[in-house]
Amino acid sequence: MTQQVRVALGQVRPVLGDVKANLDKHLTWVEQAKGEGASVVVFPELGLTGYQVQDLTLDVARTLKDADIRQMVDASRDIDITFSFVEESQEHLFYVSTVYASEGEIRHVHRKVYLPTYGMFDEGRYFARGDRFDTVQTKYGTTGMLICEDAWHVSSPYLLSLAGSDLLILPAASPARSVTEQDQFGSQKFWQDLLQVYAQLFGVFIVFVNRVGFEDGINFFGGSGVVSPTGEWVVHAPTLEETLVVGDLDMTLIRRARFTTPILRDENKDLVLRSLNRLVHGQEARDAW
Amino acid sequence: MVNTEIARRLQINEKLTAEVLTAFIREEVEKAGFQKVVFGLSGGIDSALVAYLAVRALGSERCHAVMMPYTTSNPKSLSDAQAVVDDLGLQALVVPISAPVDAFFAAMDERLGVPATPLRRGNRMARERMSTLFDLSAHFSALVLGTSNKTELLLGYGTQFGDLASALNPIGDLYKSQVRQLSRYLGVPQSILEKPPSADLWQDQTDEKELGFTYEFADEVLYQLVDLRCSVDDLIRQGYDAATLQAIVRRVERNQYKRKPPIIAKLSSRTVGVDFRYLRDWGQ
Repeated sequence: MTQQVRVALGQVRPVLGDVKANLDKHLTWVEQAKGEGASVVVFPELGLTGYQVQDLTLDVARTLKDADIRQMVDASRDIDITFSFVEESQEHLFYVSTVYASEGEIRHVHRKVYLPTYGMFDEGRYFARGDRFDTVQTKYGTTGMLICEDAWHVSSPYLLSLAGSDLLILPAASPARSVTEQDQFGSQKFWQDLLQVYAQLFGVFIVFVNRVGFEDGINFFGGSGVVSPTGEWVVHAPTLEETLVVGDLDMTLIRRARFTTPILRDENKDLVLRSLNRLVHGQEARDAW
Repeated sequence: MVNTEIARRLQINEKLTAEVLTAFIREEVEKAGFQKVVFGLSGGIDSALVAYLAVRALGSERCHAVMMPYTTSNPKSLSDAQAVVDDLGLQALVVPISAPVDAFFAAMDERLGVPATPLRRGNRMARERMSTLFDLSAHFSALVLGTSNKTELLLGYGTQFGDLASALNPIGDLYKSQVRQLSRYLGVPQSILEKPPSADLWQDQTDEKELGFTYEFADEVLYQLVDLRCSVDDLIRQGYDAATLQAIVRRVERNQYKRKPPIIAKLSSRTVGVDFRYLRDWGQ
C-alpha cells in the first residue's frame, strides 16, 4: 500500500445546471491534478450540476452509464477521481451521489444519506436518500465516503471508522452563513472544529472539498482541506476562491496516532449494539437482559 | 443599545463581510452577462455603502452613480452624495426629479380634486427614481443595485416598486447598525456616518421620528425575533416595552407583501411562483 499520498482538492465554482461546462472544467482540472503528481483528485458535492438544481433535477440528472459520467470515469485511468452529481437510478429516483472512479472504472457510488430539509435547505423535496455507508479499497487504504450533511450525523463517520477507514472523503456544498465578529463564517468554524475532532477520535485523514461561488446570493465558502489523525491541517485552501490545491498525506501517521490514542481499539461495539437495540426496540430488548 | 450582549452579537467581521459582498456583486453581475452597475446615491449611508462596495468589486469605471434630488431635498444630501462621488472617482449623473413629479401631481390633483398626501408624493418620488435607474440600466447596460438594508426590509420602511426595487441588493442582509459598522470600515465620509437617517422625501423628515423608535432599538429587537427566533413573549419577559414591540411586529407582518412577488391564483399543475422552481441564476 502506498504510504505517501498526494491528494488534489478541486475547489470549483460550478455553473448551475450547465453539466457540459462543469464537466469540461472537471476534466481540465483532472489533467492539472495529474500534472501536480496527485494520486487522487476530489471534487465537491454536485460539482457537475450545481447545488440548488430544484426543478432542473430532471435536466441535469445522469445515470451511471451516461456518456458524461463515462467521460469522467474514463479520465480516471492515471489518477483516481471522486466527483459528484445528481444520479438517476433505474427506478428513476434521484440521488445526490459521489462516484469513486479508478483505473477507468467505477469503484464505488455513495448516495447521500442525510438530505438537509430545513432552514435554507430543501434537498428532501427533490432527492431520494441513500441507505448505507460503505468503504472502498484504494491504493492508499480503506476509504469511507460521506457527502456534506452526512458528516453532521456523528454515526456516519463512526460507522465508517468501524468499517476500517483510513481516510474519509467528504465532498460538500456548504453555504457561508452566520457572519459574526470572527474572521470565519459560523458554518466554516463549525466544519473545522467538527473535522478536527472526527479525525482525532477516529484516527483517520479527512479530505474535505467544499465548492465556492454564488447561487442566487447564497455563497459557498470553499475552505477545503485535509486534516490529519492528529487534528492538524495538512493543507487548507483559501476561502471564497476557486482553486486547486494539493496536500501530501503520510499514511504512516495513522499507525502512530492509533497506538498513541487507541480509541478504535477500545470501542465497545457490543455495548453500542445492545444500547441501540434497546433504544430502537424498547421493551423487548430490555426484557432480554 | 440597552442589551450589550445583543450589540456584541450584531458586530460583524468587516473584512470578511466586505469580501463576501464584493464577490457577490462581481459574480452576480458577470453571471447576468453585465459588466457594469448603476445605483442611486442619495447622500445617505445605505447608498454610500453600496457605492463603496461596488467600486471595490468592479472599479469606479464600471459604476454609475445617479443623484436624483427633488425641490425639497436637503441640499446637504446632494453635497454628501457628491463627496462620495469625489472620493471614489465615480461617474455620476444628476437627474432632478422635480419636473416629472410636479407635472404628475399637478394633473392628478386637478383630476382627483384633492391635493396628494405626503405618502403618495413620497411614493411617487421613490418610483420616479426607480424608473430613472431602470432607464439608465438599459442605457448603460448596467444592473441596478439595491440599497435597502435588512432593518428597512423587515420593517417595510420603503416604497414597493420604488426604492425597494433592484436587480441585486448587496446590503439586504445587514442590519442598520451593521451598515454603519461596515461603512466606517470602508471609509464612507464622516458627515454621512454622523447624520440622522432620513428618506428625505419632505423637509425635516427623519426615519426614526417617523418610525417612532430608534434603529438601534429596532435592530436589537429584530435580531432576537428574526435571527434568534425568540417570541414576543420571550422579549416581554426580558423587560421590553410591549407596545413598542407590538408596533415593530405589526410592521414586519403587515409589510410581508413588499418582500414578495405578486401572488398568482393557481389553476394549472405548474404555476409560476408556486411549483415552478428555479433559481434566478438558471437562465444566466
